[in-house]
Amino acid sequence: MSRRSRLGLFAASAAGLGALLLWAVAGLPDFGHYRGPYGYLLNRAAPSERHVSNVVSATVFDYRGFDTLGEELILFSAAMGVALLLRDAREESARPGHAERSDAVRLVGLAFVPVLLVLGLVVVAHGYITPGGGFQGGVLVAGAFALVWLAGEYHAFRRLTPTPAVDFVKGTGAGGYAVTGVAAMLLGGAFLHNFLPLGTAGTLASGGTIPVLNLASALEVAAAFVLIFTEFVEELAAVRLGGDG
Amino acid sequence: MIPLQAVAIGLVAAAGLAVVLTRDLVRLALLSSAFGLTLVVFFLVLQAPDVALSELVVGTIGIPFVVAVAIALDRSK
Repeated sequence: MSRRSRLGLFAASAAGLGALLLWAVAGLPDFGHYRGPYGYLLNRAAPSERHVSNVVSATVFDYRGFDTLGEELILFSAAMGVALLLRDAREESARPGHAERSDAVRLVGLAFVPVLLVLGLVVVAHGYITPGGGFQGGVLVAGAFALVWLAGEYHAFRRLTPTPAVDFVKGTGAGGYAVTGVAAMLLGGAFLHNFLPLGTAGTLASGGTIPVLNLASALEVAAAFVLIFTEFVEELAAVRLGGDG
Repeated sequence: MIPLQAVAIGLVAAAGLAVVLTRDLVRLALLSSAFGLTLVVFFLVLQAPDVALSELVVGTIGIPFVVAVAIALDRSK
């Protein structure tokens, strides 16, 4: 196809796509005037029904808890896929020495590890009181471990995240979520129905099963991200060892 | 749309364009992180702190880490 006809084809399809997009945007609700009644309804109902002050958490871990189970399993399978693909292609005996990092990078990196870890735990623990929750806090905790490696401490990183322990935490998170749902069924409710005492809104003891599911997803997310980071780091280490020779 | 929201959207658009136009990989890693930060500001301005936190952890921990390792892998080969 000549350059001229390709440009013509592009111009025609870009104009068509542009027109369709403009048409779609013209049909959207006005900016800031969202039409779904569901959000307004939950904002009114959730604080009194579930005794939590973060309605997003109540939606994610209660009203839409089943969707979150699916999302957890997506992350679970994705991390498993990364591990299966990369572990298989690598020689397990390869172990690198210390990477060269400047003192400044090591000092600043390691200084931020406890900060990130505590921040992650706070975000998890208060997920149903203030913005945050298992996903965000879980990634922060995993980030603290990644920072250990970035600061040049490969061996410390691997000692802190032994694969059997990471796999165990990951399975406990995903399984714990499902088991909580089944427990609700054994007690006569629907799958993932809230069955624990609701407590006082705005305190750590509130929300019934929401804190349990929040913790389960935090374990799953933190472990899944640590697992993915570990596989990438090991892959890099194997390539560096095998390179040049 | 209040001016603050317009500024936030403009920042997202500018950062997104910069990411698309960048060819150098290290610059791309830094810029995509900065792009994530403009999205965080945008979500905060629209009063969606939970979404802002999710974007913050994915955009500043998840993606840069994977991109950094990918760049290191590319250089080791």
